[in-house]
Amino acid sequence: MVDPVILIPSFINGLTTGALYALVALGLTLIYGVLHIINFAHGAMLMMALYGVFFLHRLFGIDPYVALLIVPPAMFAIGYVLQRFVISKASHGRDENILLVTLGLSIVIENMALYFFRSDTRTIDTPYSFEVVEFAGAFLPLPKVVAFFGALLTAALLWAFMARTDLGRAIRALAKERRGARLVGINVDHVFAMSFGIGVACLGVAACLLLPGYYVNPQVGYGFVLIAFTTVVLGGMGSFVGAMIGGLVIGVVEAMGGLFLGDSLGQFGIFAIFILILLFRPTGLLGHKV
Amino acid sequence: MINRNQLIALLVVFGLIATCPFWVKSAPTMNTIIAVLYIALLGQSWNILGGYGGQFSFGHAAFFGTGAYTVAVLQIQLGINPWIGLIAGGLLATFVALVIGFASFRYGLRGSYFALVTLAFAEVLRILSNSVSFTGGGVGLLIPLDRRFSNLQFEDNRGYFWVIWALCLVCFLTVWWIGRSRFGAWLMAVRDNEDAARALGVDVFRTKMGAVALSGFFSGVAGVFYAQFYLYLDPSIAYGSAISIESLLVPIIGGMGTLFGPLIGAGVIHFLSELTRHFVGDVPGVALSIYGVLLILIVMFLPRGLISIGTVLLGKSRRRANA
Repeated sequence: MVDPVILIPSFINGLTTGALYALVALGLTLIYGVLHIINFAHGAMLMMALYGVFFLHRLFGIDPYVALLIVPPAMFAIGYVLQRFVISKASHGRDENILLVTLGLSIVIENMALYFFRSDTRTIDTPYSFEVVEFAGAFLPLPKVVAFFGALLTAALLWAFMARTDLGRAIRALAKERRGARLVGINVDHVFAMSFGIGVACLGVAACLLLPGYYVNPQVGYGFVLIAFTTVVLGGMGSFVGAMIGGLVIGVVEAMGGLFLGDSLGQFGIFAIFILILLFRPTGLLGHKV
Repeated sequence: MINRNQLIALLVVFGLIATCPFWVKSAPTMNTIIAVLYIALLGQSWNILGGYGGQFSFGHAAFFGTGAYTVAVLQIQLGINPWIGLIAGGLLATFVALVIGFASFRYGLRGSYFALVTLAFAEVLRILSNSVSFTGGGVGLLIPLDRRFSNLQFEDNRGYFWVIWALCLVCFLTVWWIGRSRFGAWLMAVRDNEDAARALGVDVFRTKMGAVALSGFFSGVAGVFYAQFYLYLDPSIAYGSAISIESLLVPIIGGMGTLFGPLIGAGVIHFLSELTRHFVGDVPGVALSIYGVLLILIVMFLPRGLISIGTVLLGKSRRRANA
């Protein structure tokens, strides 16, 4: 039996990582829930946002947490434009085409980053990068604690936005019934692009919260994208609460897998979950239909 | 009639390709032809499942890598002849394909889900091959140089040409058969409208399983050829995303669900990669960026691939004539 002295910190550590996975997955599940498309470029766009945060810090000395005012809006604009003028134009009304176009986007973004920034792994130094917080016997890096609460706060804000605002209602209406939404006067193209933009803006928030305690390289998104897909599949496609729970579960599984199997096989636990869920409960924990 | 003409066209094309060893004198040119045929085989294997069956795999490297590792591991660890490895690699890849197919198709997972599952399986296999010892882990496997026909290695690259030519011919003939057989009709019906096909009595699950098995087999065989040609493998070559991307790009560029699409796509892809290498050099990222842009452009403007370019242009001029 493993000593709880190791087990509990590793559990808490997993939860903090999981909150960020949840945030990334939230964007993915929002886009899926409304547009019924899987954004394969999600990981690549996270990588792009991370580079944005990195260069704002490197070139202008802007703190990653201050960059929260810049990066998410910029990501929102990129997402809006991409959906409205590239992805929707390419679909020809077929979901398979959207899948291919977002795959194409991810290939382009990742390889352009590889070309311009090379495969060097970069980190930033902030005064608080190595600060530690003690909680229940676990010593947690301060950035991770901030990220945990930041992710939860963002999720809560997003939920309130969806529940309380007109745009949120329009998005939910569109997710439920496309034709009906159009009939009551919702500008479908605009709201689709808004949803995509908000989903991508979540990545901007995640990037700002992530970078102080993490790194960026052109492949960084690839690891996240599979984790985000697993989270979304685990929680149920399109389910907000599912994405949050899924993210936390995955974070803990990864931490535990790392503890018991070593780091390289720790990731294996994530894929095992993914495949098991698809085999036995493809609707996920909280989803309703495939 | 169309089918018979297609068969004749296929045999003529492969007959013309078969004359290459007799008049092509330079080894680099021969290597180009070998590379195009190998990419065509890879693309055609994806085309069976994606083009004819409408099931888009984003992880064909799972089959390719399994074939490649099978022949390499059998040779190095067990001393088994690579000709046997060729069959074993194809069969093991088929097995992997059936497992993935069973996991996805049993619950009727479609579209995005299937793409995700294949991607995840390829990634699982990459992590596994990185962690276990008989694959050489991250260091990879070097197949010992021993150039003999009985060893599936050739001093003269014309030997490799005949192997890949024959493999391609078998694969293309299989796809021609799909185009005219009852199985192919079921498969295309499933692609076009799964519910309608089921209502008409098509066994959707078995049809998809058949397609994924064939697709996996030929992809695995392409992997075996790769291993014997380059004599080196590591997890990111065998199970990396580059192979998966190439597999789907080739038929999409050439024309999904067509017999000759993958051959056209393979030619274009190879030409492009040579062109970028010539102008930009071996800078990482450039070739794949261009592939990505090409993928988006083709899906946007020519969703039926380059093979349809004639009909698209004709259709436009006809429309203009009518207007």
